[in-house]
Amino acid sequence: MEIFYILMVLMLIAGIIAVETTNLLSAVICVGAVGFGSAVMYLFLKAPDIALTQTVVEVLGLVILIRATISREKSFISGDREFFAVVVSVVILFLIFVIGTGIFADMPPFGDAAFARIPDSASQVYLENGVKDTGAANIVTAVYLDYRVYDTLGEATVLFTSVVGAIVILRKKSRKLLFEEDPL
Amino acid sequence: MLYSLCFLLFMIGLYCVLVKKNMIKIVIGILLMEYAVNLFLVMLGWRKLAEEAVAPIAAGGDLLDKAGTVSQLFVSRAVDPLPQALVLTSIVIGLGSLALMVAICIRIYEKYGTFDITKIRRLKG
Repeated sequence: MEIFYILMVLMLIAGIIAVETTNLLSAVICVGAVGFGSAVMYLFLKAPDIALTQTVVEVLGLVILIRATISREKSFISGDREFFAVVVSVVILFLIFVIGTGIFADMPPFGDAAFARIPDSASQVYLENGVKDTGAANIVTAVYLDYRVYDTLGEATVLFTSVVGAIVILRKKSRKLLFEEDPL
Repeated sequence: MLYSLCFLLFMIGLYCVLVKKNMIKIVIGILLMEYAVNLFLVMLGWRKLAEEAVAPIAAGGDLLDKAGTVSQLFVSRAVDPLPQALVLTSIVIGLGSLALMVAICIRIYEKYGTFDITKIRRLKG
């Protein structure tokens, strides 16, 4: 139990440094610390598949972010918005936080999973019948690639669309200009 | 308590998006919010039991026969597999949206020469 608190506090410290530092590269590296901290946390939460995915995605994401920040002349940050706007947003965020934490009092406490109380909940059915229905010993894989495979198909579509969008945005010349002769 | 810390991480990300002027900082804030939400969803499935909780993977002793019947002990000890499968999707989609956001940031930097959102005001065709 204590390991969760230690990791969570480390992630919070890294997050605050990432938000408040003035150097963009160190901010990006602190975000990497948050991501890898959450990967370790997934391992302790008994979610090895997510820990692996998070590690791989974190490495790729850091490479993308460092590509955006490195060798830019203005890698130092000018500052915050106007003082009044900052004060107002901090007050509103604090109010949201205080009211929002009240919700957790009504939820089952950490460690008391709600699905275990409902005998016919989806998770319970997957755990009982997953191996029988799909033949996969890993129940997460059974959900990901069999029970909810359309979800995975949609995910692949979203990923493809975003990569196509990124390529289109980063392309230097438009397609028309590439193939047409220069009129002069 | 742990849920509140997770919510605090979300709030730090939201603060970053609202207050900072640098575009890369705003992307970082969105990333922090994404980590917090993913972590919260996986935390919902954690079980604190008398014996140790196990990952939802039916290892050797949990399978009772060839047809794939699992032991009752496994069902009572495994953590929730459904949020894990959906968070897996969410993490990969997060990478896609991060690539798109960073591509837009690089393009704006090439066009305007700055990451500061208050200085990007001119409309250029």
